[in-house]
Amino acid sequence: MPTETKDESAEPASKVELPDSVAGSGEIPSFDITLRVRRYLPEFYDEAYWDDFQVTMYGTDRVLDALHKVKWEMDGSVSFRRSCAHGVCGSDAMRINGHNRLACKVLLKDLNTSKPITVEPIKGLPVEKDLIVDMEPFFQSYREIMPFLMNESAPPSKERLQSAEERERFDDTTKCILCAACTSSCPVFWTDGQYFGPAAIVNAHRFIFDSRDDAGDMRLEVLNDKEGVWRCRTTFNCTDACPRGIQVTKAISEVKQAILSRKV
Amino acid sequence: MAQTIQPPRSSDNIKDGVKYNRNSGSNSNFEMFGWLFMRMSGIVLVVLIFVHLYVNLMVGNGIQAVDFGFVAGKWADPFWQVWDLAMLWLAMLHGSNGVRTIINDYAEKDSTRFWLKVILFAASAVIIVLGTLVIFTFNPCPPNATADLLPSFCSA
Repeated sequence: MPTETKDESAEPASKVELPDSVAGSGEIPSFDITLRVRRYLPEFYDEAYWDDFQVTMYGTDRVLDALHKVKWEMDGSVSFRRSCAHGVCGSDAMRINGHNRLACKVLLKDLNTSKPITVEPIKGLPVEKDLIVDMEPFFQSYREIMPFLMNESAPPSKERLQSAEERERFDDTTKCILCAACTSSCPVFWTDGQYFGPAAIVNAHRFIFDSRDDAGDMRLEVLNDKEGVWRCRTTFNCTDACPRGIQVTKAISEVKQAILSRKV
Repeated sequence: MAQTIQPPRSSDNIKDGVKYNRNSGSNSNFEMFGWLFMRMSGIVLVVLIFVHLYVNLMVGNGIQAVDFGFVAGKWADPFWQVWDLAMLWLAMLHGSNGVRTIINDYAEKDSTRFWLKVILFAASAVIIVLGTLVIFTFNPCPPNATADLLPSFCSA
């Protein structure tokens, strides 16, 4: 058992144990960074402002580790969401150096550490505090496309069978973790929040092209709305933002094609 | 008590003055046809405009040949009347629809959006009507004009 003595300076926030056979093991490079966090504390100030934090981080650290270090050791009032911290739960989507990313998937060493690293809340949703936004409008769009299997036929005794090819058709869009990085990167969504947004369309795509689902027409009708797929300007911001690598813009265009082929 | 999930569009969801729920869906295909029109008219306009540029600026004496007589001669021909009419209508509708979507994307207040669109539609309508009128009522041989400025068929 290690002793209780804490040597903070030697311990990186995330540490990888490498065997001695790997060159450079035990020599995790460290560097000083400035983390520039967009603060919003409605109890104290009406306006949002930037707060700079100087922290020493390591080559294995992510932006989330820097935020942890700030919150745990420097300013406990810094607020952000995170849950699993491993790119699966989708809680910590934020604007890092102007790009929507998951803080737990961006390594500090991949950013320009000579300049301050800016961290802001995702855009287009109401900010509640610091990096925390109200996700309700986002989930409202998600609910509207009915993200659940609808099949009126009697359930078979075992499972609803599907071929590998049928599954492949919508495989990409099953990866969504609802982090809102795509929707809040979309300039059309920023305007008035009326647009359904990429995430809702991706999750509609997941059921529209599922051979087991019977309600594709209903979902296409929902997305044929004036705030639906036709507001997409194919700027590809969503595809760039998706931490799961979903071809979001491609999925949106496939939904457009599906509406067209049923209507025209 | 656990908050139940509200059914979609059941109430106004207003946050910081922004209304997040969509207006109730009118079952109109307008946006779909608008989207389709932009793609179709775009392809047709590429052909119309580049042939127009080639015929006016490259063929024969090229740009030096363009004068009143040249234009009058073209508009005496029904083929070029229809060509220019198609170009006028498609370019105006394509452009206006493009600006309409830009207004939709960038205007933040409903009233701003409304008035910008009123101005846009009025301007487009005036140009389309005026242009159509000119193409079809154009007199290539105005009386009392100097003969060397007019197309050759006027003297006949």
